[in-house]
Amino acid sequence: MKLNVNGRVHDVDVEADMPLLWVLRDVLNLAGTKYGCGIAQCGACTVHVDGDPVRSCVMPASAMAGKKIVTIEGIGAKGLSRVQKAWIEHEVPQCGYCQTGMIMSATALLAKKPKPNDADIENAMTNLCRCGTYARVKTAIQALSGTKVAAAPEPVLQPNGQKV
Amino acid sequence: MTEKTMRGSISRREFLKATTAVGGGLALEFSVASPALAQGAKPALSEVTHWILIHPDDRVVIRVARSEMGQGSLTGLAQLVAEELECDWNKVSTEFASPNEHIRRKRIWGSMSTGGSQGIRSSQEYLRKSGAQARAMLVSAAATQWNVPAADCTAANGVITHGASKRKVSYGKVAAAAGKLEAPKDVKVKDPKDWKIAGKPLHRLDIPDKVRGLPVFGVDVQLPNMLHASIVQSPVFLGKVKSVDSAEAQKMRGVKGIVKQDSFVAVVADNWWRANVAAKKLKIEWDNGANGSVTTDSIMAMLREGLDAKDLPNARAMGDAPGTFGTATKVVEATYDSPYLSHATMEPMTGTAWFKADGTLEVWTSTQNGEASIAAASEASGLPLEKVAVHKAMLGGGFGRRGAPQDYVTQSVQIAKQFPGKPVKLMWSREEDMQHGFYRPASMVRMKAGLDAQGNLVSMHTKIACPSILALLRPEAIAKGIDFTAVRTFSDSPYTIPNQLVEYAMRNPHVPVGFWRAPGLQNSFYRECFIDEVAQAAGKDPLAFRLAMLKPEDKNRRVLEAVAKAANWDQPLPPGVFRGIAQSDGFGSFTAMVSEVSVKDGRLKVHRVVFAIDSGYVVNPDACRAQAEGNVIYCLGQFYEGHTIKDGRIVESNFHDFVLPRLPEMPKVEVVFASTGGFWGGHGEPGALNVVPSVLNAVFAATGKRIRSLPIKEGELKA
Repeated sequence: MKLNVNGRVHDVDVEADMPLLWVLRDVLNLAGTKYGCGIAQCGACTVHVDGDPVRSCVMPASAMAGKKIVTIEGIGAKGLSRVQKAWIEHEVPQCGYCQTGMIMSATALLAKKPKPNDADIENAMTNLCRCGTYARVKTAIQALSGTKVAAAPEPVLQPNGQKV
Repeated sequence: MTEKTMRGSISRREFLKATTAVGGGLALEFSVASPALAQGAKPALSEVTHWILIHPDDRVVIRVARSEMGQGSLTGLAQLVAEELECDWNKVSTEFASPNEHIRRKRIWGSMSTGGSQGIRSSQEYLRKSGAQARAMLVSAAATQWNVPAADCTAANGVITHGASKRKVSYGKVAAAAGKLEAPKDVKVKDPKDWKIAGKPLHRLDIPDKVRGLPVFGVDVQLPNMLHASIVQSPVFLGKVKSVDSAEAQKMRGVKGIVKQDSFVAVVADNWWRANVAAKKLKIEWDNGANGSVTTDSIMAMLREGLDAKDLPNARAMGDAPGTFGTATKVVEATYDSPYLSHATMEPMTGTAWFKADGTLEVWTSTQNGEASIAAASEASGLPLEKVAVHKAMLGGGFGRRGAPQDYVTQSVQIAKQFPGKPVKLMWSREEDMQHGFYRPASMVRMKAGLDAQGNLVSMHTKIACPSILALLRPEAIAKGIDFTAVRTFSDSPYTIPNQLVEYAMRNPHVPVGFWRAPGLQNSFYRECFIDEVAQAAGKDPLAFRLAMLKPEDKNRRVLEAVAKAANWDQPLPPGVFRGIAQSDGFGSFTAMVSEVSVKDGRLKVHRVVFAIDSGYVVNPDACRAQAEGNVIYCLGQFYEGHTIKDGRIVESNFHDFVLPRLPEMPKVEVVFASTGGFWGGHGEPGALNVVPSVLNAVFAATGKRIRSLPIKEGELKA
């Protein structure tokens, strides 16, 4: 079957029910999209299908015919996207495993709602992160939408003479 | 050294014991036979010291021996080296020190173990020294080139200047010559107050790649003609494969073979999904051994029996606690418990192994300890250490799961051994990962406190029934029947209670236990919630009650005062919001926390968490803040997480029934660095200690209910 991934059409010989995630990872060698649960719970496998965030671990390859798939490798292929830049600026990732999925979710959210409110962010950002980067995910999205400018904490002179 | 070690064929246990030994007496003196193992410096790059490599164009590569699992120490460790090296931070990159080189060079990079919040604190001394040594060597090489005294030259931002002649040369130009010099023994490292690179919230070096999906995590390893494996392990821990019917699985598309071992069956296929689908078609008959009927209730009964046992080993004995309850004005007694918990790293357990035609084995894996991985691979393959190469991949979370056990490395080697010449990548499904962990131990603790007429806590008797992590993973570390990870916080409590007895009942059900972020942190929950109960019984403010039991010079007192100030402990909160406090030290740092919560319609919401920490010094304040934020949300899950044991196995299988916290639950986390200097404490785990007790103490303030058993039961918080 034919799959359009990141603007390129690939002819792949896979079962109709093989989830898109595994076509991406093991057939097309696009390893930036991650496996976390296989049951659409965690969002580590989030990609865009015709612009919508989709959990690729439960999306059969056969359902992808004629659709445009974008993965993290397609985001910022021509330089970092504004979401990726904000992720760096706010030091969002820790281990980073879930973050490609987070970035895909955030990118889709901001494309549809440039100024999301708290509820919009909570509804869209359902990805799991075990390291606990949620506060920074929210701050980065708010900074991108111009709804809130996060102030960096003031450096403090410590009793030991260190400024932190 | 024994002949056995000379050949490199020491057992994993012996190797681990040796590599964790203090004092560096170990010397694994064998030479690397295979050039594939020698991942040394490329020709253009000069190794100035074993931590520091410099390119001719002045780019600096700093080696990192610890693993990066999101905690950010990759950057912090490099900051410490760069600070002393006086190089240009913008030209710094890092590489992981190779476990094989490490062994060949007699463990030159010290410990590779990444746990116990040790990364910065236990390597800062030699890293700073190495940076200072390299700087001196570079200056010396430049001085020799100019034929001037080294004392007349200075180094800053990667450039050496001769004061008198104003001649300048960059590090890259003299690195090769410097690398040939002997490292000076006595070098002075900077006073932290003079730091310019360390101590600053610099951007983490690993993040730009992470936002692009570039890092190779263990599951991302891709090799030519690689096969993929999915595994089915005995659902009952310690069970064995009796028989397997793989006829149907073998017929499925892409399946290359079935590997049957004592405790698991694996399907190997041309991609992971096919391997996993086929694995579900296996018909396996298991020998459950003696544990097929174990349940949560039977384990709790075992722990309860431990609390009633007599003549238990003492983890602390001061004065006469049991003998003084009779004269106490008031006695408070309570029993607390908590369940088994999964690490639930987002990246499941994984390992890729490749038996090569030249008789060597290469392994790629996400590991918190490269040395433990190489030892496990050597033992599982039967190959001597010098024929095994381990490549450290990026970790999709660790939290203690990927350190000591290394079970997934052993399995990947056992599976690949059946496919000589082909790399095989094993990845566990989420279900396997959740049901075959090394869990935080379930435990039960009974505490009894005696108050005098003035409401002072004068006697405390604590009985701890808890499975032993060390008995399973490091039995040699058990001293006089005590596993320190099971008794900490009680055995080393800073409260000045004159009569204290801490007893430990080691009860080891068959469920494997391991180091879960801040091992032993359940004891902070028990102690700090119970202290709140005692304060209430004494009619005292929880903060004042604690402060009265801390010596004036105790750093625990300082952080408690700092957190109370930052959280405005004396000021009223908005209606419906309540606060709780807790303090614990651990992992080298002193910490205290105030949490603000509300409970509405039986639902708990944590709004704000104020965290004070004295870690002596702070190497990257922003990375430390991130650790505090991560610890808070990681621990809030404990209010609803908990594994159930039924028929000898874990019931929960994925994130639908072992629920992890999500974005809406993230409270505002404020960090107060109350650093006093003079010592080095950790950050990866200390932030976890007080989350549960400070929140539950706030829950009591809100509802009048003491939660003594986790997870919180359905409806328990309803009015």
